[in-house]
Amino acid sequence: MKILVAVKRVIDYNVQIRVKEDGSGVVTDNVKMSTNPPDDNAVEEAVKIKEAGKATEIVAITVGEEKAQETIRKALAVGADRGIHVKVDGIIEPLAVSKILQKVVEKEKPDLVFMGKQAIDDDCNQTGQMLAALLNWPQATFASKIEVKEKSLEVTREVDEGLETIEVNVPAIVTCDLRLNEPRYASLPNIMKAKKKPIEQINASDLGVDTNPRIEQIKVEEPPKRKAGIKVANVEELVQKLKNEAKVI
Amino acid sequence: MSVLLIAEHNNKEVKPFTYNAITAASQIDQDLHVLVIGLNADEVAKSISQVPSVKKVIQVDNEIYENYIAENFTTAIIKQSDKYSHIVCSANTFGKNLMPRVAALLDTSQVSDIIKVISSDTFLRPIYAGNAFATVKSNDPKKCVTIRPTSFDPAPTTGGSAEIVKADAADKTETTQFVKREEIKSDRPELGTARVVVSGGRGMQSGENFKLIQQVADKLNAAIGASRAAVDAGYITNDHQVGQTGKVVVPDLYIAVGISGAIQHLAGMKESKVIVAINKDGEAPIFSVADYGLEADLFEALPQFLSELNKLNTIQK
Repeated sequence: MKILVAVKRVIDYNVQIRVKEDGSGVVTDNVKMSTNPPDDNAVEEAVKIKEAGKATEIVAITVGEEKAQETIRKALAVGADRGIHVKVDGIIEPLAVSKILQKVVEKEKPDLVFMGKQAIDDDCNQTGQMLAALLNWPQATFASKIEVKEKSLEVTREVDEGLETIEVNVPAIVTCDLRLNEPRYASLPNIMKAKKKPIEQINASDLGVDTNPRIEQIKVEEPPKRKAGIKVANVEELVQKLKNEAKVI
Repeated sequence: MSVLLIAEHNNKEVKPFTYNAITAASQIDQDLHVLVIGLNADEVAKSISQVPSVKKVIQVDNEIYENYIAENFTTAIIKQSDKYSHIVCSANTFGKNLMPRVAALLDTSQVSDIIKVISSDTFLRPIYAGNAFATVKSNDPKKCVTIRPTSFDPAPTTGGSAEIVKADAADKTETTQFVKREEIKSDRPELGTARVVVSGGRGMQSGENFKLIQQVADKLNAAIGASRAAVDAGYITNDHQVGQTGKVVVPDLYIAVGISGAIQHLAGMKESKVIVAINKDGEAPIFSVADYGLEADLFEALPQFLSELNKLNTIQK
């Protein structure tokens, strides 16, 4: 089996977001960037499947500006075999990303496509499901366990009520939850080796996909701030405040 | 303009967030129709027809819809989509799984997880785990929107009498099979809609220690929440997780116990009306959003809290 894993470069999850004063977005200059966390889980799962002898090749793909390649290098350093970087500048919506991925899937013909369930920047949670729709493939979203069978996957999904298990025929799309696995760290020798692995660059415009945004971002603002609270000295005071001041118990 | 809302239910009962989504949908446009896809879900269709703001209920009933499979639901929705300017549903795991599949087939760029309807094409939505709010305008002729249910009040459930019309099923997918669903049954209020939530984090140190949380929750008739760290550590099941990739809760009272307050957790609870933090680390970020902070060892504070609650004559339920 061949697995295509999609990764996205986002503001690191530890960074405190700052909104630009002109309301045009958030500050990204001189801000630490890294791979979208659940995309790391997607890469890890693909590598584990290959290590178990059930996959033959892992291709990591990203869609974005020049620096987005860093996310592919990271995937290559933990076990992906080669990379594809679809270059596009500016804001790109999940619908356009899924159309780009569709073009690449049609060329690469993977059996599985893995990616994180949600990107932590725009919090859209769309791309995997959209790609599945465009390809008319089954989708297994929010996966916390994947069992590879002969021609199918049994996937445990995290849903609001608990867990759900579905079986999807291959080819299929899986979007990964943070609890799917524990992503490994790349060793220094593997980081060096990854530098020699090939990354193919494609311009999004060459794929014939319209990447113009359909959604206008009118403004980005700070959320309303909570007013500062107080520290209470002990449990008695806490219960008294909740009862008589906040009146919530 | 007409809005088509996709109802979430279990073939017997309407899931409560459907009523919150109805409120948001009726703010987009008054001509609101609700699509009930299921098997023998007559009671569900009937319940929804009694919501005053619903103008019509469309019921698609077939054995292929016994379980919720996004592939099957999508084709049923597409079949109805022609007449509508907006297709909407809740932004929970039901709607998050379903709506992008619909949107892609309609060649629409979806607007996810809205918290406010500004006009029929302009919405407010949180980004970066709620650390920024974006006002966005959809320029697609047909709009697909998911709604953060806790940002809207539930619609009244009685007084209406919308007509219920039946519609045909679409083709069945052969590539996805439902295997099983493990729902955790509980007598407690649902986490998403509870008036009070008591949450535990890594500071709880074990699943066994969550008993302390349970005792307080029993007393307050509260739902139990957890940080991702607590779920990852196996202290409690995933359906309790509050945060950016878990559930968003807006209770009247949120009590965070042994939770440091990573931005990913704050994303799921910082809109709560009153927040209490109990943590022994006085520098923990959770205190920055807490109305009442108690710097204390939770293993001493929780039993004391319970005994103080026991002293009260009355407790709101």
